[in-house]
Amino acid sequence: MITQFTPIAALLGGFFIGIATVMLMAFNGRIAGMTAMLGGVLNPTSPDSGWRLAFLVGAIGTPLIATQFFGAEFGYFSPTTGPLLALGGVIVGLGVTFGSGCTSGHGVCGMARLSPRSIVATLTFMATTFITVGVMRHVIGG
Amino acid sequence: MRNISALLAGAVFGVGIAISGMGNPAKVLNFFDIFGTWDPSLALVMASALTTAAIGYRITFGARSKPLFDAKFHLPTSRDIDAKLVGGSAIFGIGWGISGFCPGGAIPALGFAPWPTALFLISMGAGILIARQLQNLPYFKTA
Repeated sequence: MITQFTPIAALLGGFFIGIATVMLMAFNGRIAGMTAMLGGVLNPTSPDSGWRLAFLVGAIGTPLIATQFFGAEFGYFSPTTGPLLALGGVIVGLGVTFGSGCTSGHGVCGMARLSPRSIVATLTFMATTFITVGVMRHVIGG
Repeated sequence: MRNISALLAGAVFGVGIAISGMGNPAKVLNFFDIFGTWDPSLALVMASALTTAAIGYRITFGARSKPLFDAKFHLPTSRDIDAKLVGGSAIFGIGWGISGFCPGGAIPALGFAPWPTALFLISMGAGILIARQLQNLPYFKTA
């Protein structure tokens, strides 16, 4: 499926992601990594699960309110469905837990601090994602 | 107060993901499909988010010795580039490539496209819990 190149939306959306990252650091002194955020919620005894849950509620809440009450529309299509999507989900859960982070934690927060760990992690997952998409679309699917 | 500030940051994050297209698996996968239906948008998302965060962090750390609502900045202290970091990241990429969802993209997407986002998130939660059990094994404890 073809998607349009949307440079303005990309730059604006990225700016908001960056601002949210800085807000969480300036206000709470915390890294805005979604892996840690989800891990905290899945471990309710952690003293950090409260603010982590609040962040997730906010992250789900604004797109929900924008689409339900203000008629906003965001492009969405999931080419992968069913068991393969579930498999992808399990693999992502395993990978981000062992790798201690994902696109937000390593790719934005860690890279912004020039953390060597995050730079290695980001280059690694970008490479394997690229290879996986290539194999799925042009080797298996091609 | 910490919960309210986290809620606000999350709200801004959700808007950013929704506008940018990071919550749209078709767009994410097309970014990685350079030899097919390539859509370079996500490079600009990452560049913009990274530049904003890097400048914002610099200003924050320069202006203040501690955050507004906590006693200190909680920064990761681990320095090890080990098999766990590289292997985990490599595995994450395989799952991202299969599904088109990363955790930060899927959470806000749940708000504007509940299905099949929920299927991904439930599966990912299962993966996180499985990984936690595996991490208790002696092999990973000594690794």
